[in-house]
Amino acid sequence: MSQETIKELHQQLVSKKRSALEITQETLERITSLEPNVRAFLSITDDYALEQAQQVDNKIAAGSEIGILEGIPIGIKDNMCTKGIKTTCASRILENFVPPYESTVTQKLKDAGAVMVGKTNLDEFAMGSSTENSGYQVTANPWDLERVPGGSSGGSAAAVAANECVVSLGSDTGGSIRQPASFCGVIGLKPTYGLVSRFGLVAYASSLDQIGPFARNVEDAAILLGAIAGHDPRDSTSLKLEIPDYTQYLKPELKKGLKVGIITETFGEGLESTVAASVQKAIAQLKDLGAEIKEISCPRFRYGLPAYYMIAPSEASANLARYDAVKYGIRKEAENLVNMYTGTRATGFGDEVKRRIMLGTYALSAGYYDAYYLKAQKVRTLIKQDFENAFAEVDVLVSPTAPSTAFKAGEKTADPLAMYLSDLMTIPVNLAGLPGMNVPCGFDDAGLPIGMQLISNVLREDVLFHVAHAYEQATEWHKKQPQIR
Amino acid sequence: MIDREEVKKVANLARLDITSEEEEQFTTQLNSILDYFDQLSELDTEDVAPTTRAIETSNITRTDTLKPFPDKQALLDSAPEQEDDYFRVPKIMASN
Repeated sequence: MSQETIKELHQQLVSKKRSALEITQETLERITSLEPNVRAFLSITDDYALEQAQQVDNKIAAGSEIGILEGIPIGIKDNMCTKGIKTTCASRILENFVPPYESTVTQKLKDAGAVMVGKTNLDEFAMGSSTENSGYQVTANPWDLERVPGGSSGGSAAAVAANECVVSLGSDTGGSIRQPASFCGVIGLKPTYGLVSRFGLVAYASSLDQIGPFARNVEDAAILLGAIAGHDPRDSTSLKLEIPDYTQYLKPELKKGLKVGIITETFGEGLESTVAASVQKAIAQLKDLGAEIKEISCPRFRYGLPAYYMIAPSEASANLARYDAVKYGIRKEAENLVNMYTGTRATGFGDEVKRRIMLGTYALSAGYYDAYYLKAQKVRTLIKQDFENAFAEVDVLVSPTAPSTAFKAGEKTADPLAMYLSDLMTIPVNLAGLPGMNVPCGFDDAGLPIGMQLISNVLREDVLFHVAHAYEQATEWHKKQPQIR
Repeated sequence: MIDREEVKKVANLARLDITSEEEEQFTTQLNSILDYFDQLSELDTEDVAPTTRAIETSNITRTDTLKPFPDKQALLDSAPEQEDDYFRVPKIMASN
């Protein structure tokens, strides 16, 4: 199966080599044939997709110019509200929820003519690192069906890796785009906090949540980010900025004098040796491309994980208080109001969600706030300072994206803390609000993808695209496709 | 350290009905997470200001204009139970 880029598909549409309907139909056929194995989608929106595609074809037939995303098949993580289309967050508590409104990102993509083919699987309420916490199904890693795709945006990562759509959207609170992108061998970008509107994104940890793209190449990710970024009056944390055309930063050669910092602490204990070797090799390649390489110490980086597991559950416990069986979602009938709340929440939430609600409620309860939540927020400042010091010296930081390649399904479900450790490298980036990107940089002996994480300063997505593209052009990793069997 | 009694209390605050197995399980798991969190005490944060948001923004205001949602019925229809223009819930207070 060919894996066209957005620009290639656009060219085919403009030259009338293929119609949007044909592209959509072929995509839907591929989804139908692969889904029994991959299970990336919670719902397939075939009628909706065909209708969108027809509109694009009508436009082409009428001789109108079409935009770059028109007719491009896209997957959307099922925690973004789509009007009239079920949005479950992979939770049983929302199994019947059909949003009466549209999220800003999906509205923007709809306006841009992108064709949504389905809603992708995730860990319930985006809490998890393997997509095994979904209340509905377990998604397989397209490179090895017995392994997890990572999480929480595992469905979006797997769907792009398996070519069930061209690009997709995920959300990233502690690594939920970058870690699954690493496990599935695709590009995954978490933008600067505030660059993309969160309106209509089901809230998990509001001071950390951010929506971003998955793609099979850097250019596609740049195009998709350009389409979803921008100020939104309905999200008070969204930043007022001019959004550039991110594809202008993709150049055949690396900018002269570019400084790359290796975060020393991320190459320590607990890192798989094949992952370390691949990322080191990628750094050597960046040097060959002309980058100046420097070791950078971020001594407080490792405190990110414990701080995160206090901040995120605290915010989650508040955000998830809204699931009260009154306004939407399922209800477990009871003789009084409180029992209706407790019964519904006990039935509707899965284990990990309950665990985080419990942890957050405890951390925020009387007498513990200073010791836990406030302490964690102070540590957040220290981590931010480490990054500020680093970016005074270099343009971009490199680390492995995850300490290992994709693990087997069931391997870490019994030990929550072991599961949390797979987000060790990505979490500090969210705590500091910085942009971070996974770039595929090799395979281990079992043929599983390895990813490196590029981190840049606030709102310097241009640097990430620039460096990732130059690396991509010099390597072949992105051309490999999984043989799904 | 969090004990079983406290786990029960927290579950009540969180409006979660938990089984005695869950009580036991949460006590163990929350303790191991809290232990892990303890490593933060290695850091002196006495004079450090907290970061509440990735990019500090404050007092984002807008004019308070009423914008009625165009499809009131869709909102009501999402509810498990409704009556006229209201969401219906079971009894809030017990009758003596």
